[in-house]
Amino acid sequence: MFNDWTEKYEYIIDLGKSLPVINDAFKTSDNTIKGCQSKVWLYAEYINNKLIFTADSDAIITKGIIAILIRVFSNQSPKDIVDAKADFIEEIGLKQHLSQTRANGLSSMIKQIKLYAVGYLNK
Amino acid sequence: MKNTTGFNIASIRKDFPILNSKVNGKQLIYFDNAATAQTPKVVIDSIVSYYSTLNANIHRGAHYLSQKATEAYESTRRKFQQHLNAKNSSEIIFTSGTTHSINLVANGFTNLLKSGDEIIVSHLEHHSNIVPWQMLCEKTGAIMKIIPMNHDGELIFSEYEKLLSNKTKVVFVNHVSNALGTINPVKKIISKAHEFGAAVLIDGAQALPHFEVDVKDLNADFYVASAHKFYGPTGVGILYGKEKWLDKLPPYQGGGEMIDEVTFEKTTYAKLPNKFEAGTPNISGVIASGIAIDYINNIGLKKILKYENVLLKYATEKLLEIDEIKIYGNTDNKTSVISFNLGNIHHYDIGSIIDNEGIAVRTGHHCAQPIMDYYKIPGTIRLSLSFYNTKEEIDSLISAIIVAKKMLS
Repeated sequence: MFNDWTEKYEYIIDLGKSLPVINDAFKTSDNTIKGCQSKVWLYAEYINNKLIFTADSDAIITKGIIAILIRVFSNQSPKDIVDAKADFIEEIGLKQHLSQTRANGLSSMIKQIKLYAVGYLNK
Repeated sequence: MKNTTGFNIASIRKDFPILNSKVNGKQLIYFDNAATAQTPKVVIDSIVSYYSTLNANIHRGAHYLSQKATEAYESTRRKFQQHLNAKNSSEIIFTSGTTHSINLVANGFTNLLKSGDEIIVSHLEHHSNIVPWQMLCEKTGAIMKIIPMNHDGELIFSEYEKLLSNKTKVVFVNHVSNALGTINPVKKIISKAHEFGAAVLIDGAQALPHFEVDVKDLNADFYVASAHKFYGPTGVGILYGKEKWLDKLPPYQGGGEMIDEVTFEKTTYAKLPNKFEAGTPNISGVIASGIAIDYINNIGLKKILKYENVLLKYATEKLLEIDEIKIYGNTDNKTSVISFNLGNIHHYDIGSIIDNEGIAVRTGHHCAQPIMDYYKIPGTIRLSLSFYNTKEEIDSLISAIIVAKKMLS
């Protein structure tokens, strides 16, 4: 898909720039995802039985990764989000961002997206 | 490749098997030495050799292996006594790391402090040398005071003097800041604290890999460090304590080895150092840590420091050639650590990009959030150099940063 890592990262950086950015009013500590080396805010709205996610980060690569997650998970029903497997992360070669180091929070982001969905499951 | 500092870098690099590794398809360039230094083959071999020829529990059993293992373990204690110039080998306690050593001491002061007593910390500390003392304050009602830092990343000594009083019971400061590399004037700090009868703990985790430390000359009451920072294995820490202080502190953990006599009514404790070494210690790790000390002493810490300073100067100059580089901690008296940011680019972005070139640096707050708060930044990129690094590796880092800058701007 990509010839080398620079192309992949340029793509992630471009995605980061196109991320549907969270309204500043929602950049609260409640919407902060803990466990990321960069700051990440994630906000969910429930519209027409679907969850719409917006997010932001102070690091552009992190923003790009959230953009990929939002592309996959946003505008889906809570049930579909809860049931979804997140193994595509590994397939597209972003596994290094998944590792359980102090540095990083891709798994925290997926967890938070799923937690939002669980919260809306019975609504 | 000989260099002006007099040691053969090519031959030194051969001592470290991991330096041959490929990471992300690229030759590994390891610049995260302040987090964990790499392990020379002699140290790895000593662990293999221990389990192949010597493995037995120590201080118990009359059998041959137990005696041999005990001898190796206890001779390592004497090695650290000599290396740190401690008065007695019983003043050297083996722990699991610097964090463990600090917790042992901080916990030991629980019954020695009362509400309203004061303890002094520096602004430059690693969280490991803050949190155990905060816990002590919660338990005792003691108050923590902070020695402020200036913009160059140095402690302000005149402010420290103002904090000291007869209420001061303990002062705890690192010898070298892990986040900035600043070498603190610990001898002066200790001597001032002693005027008020306060005990001083020095966190030497970032000092022992770089220069000689003489606890007698410093007159430190406690000096702590981790083996994996000075080319030993993980899971081994050193706690030096003056006998008079170690005698005052109660045992930290109860268990085997630390007892004199046990009945269900009462247990009496062993003498130093066993009082603080409950349970079976990390025997192979401790012995290997001694081999690591031999290894750096064979090269010579003076030579190591001289070469690392050459690298520090070179890397600082090269980094500053890049537009918008900002280095945090600009004191003249520092180890080979450079903490920096590039314009408004997030440290994590730079770290992620250069990782693809096989370059390992640390990014983040380096477990020293108060320093980051002082500079009003979320974190930095930290380059920490060792004597096995080269100018060519620094050149590769500079090229990778320039690529990252282009991609991220």
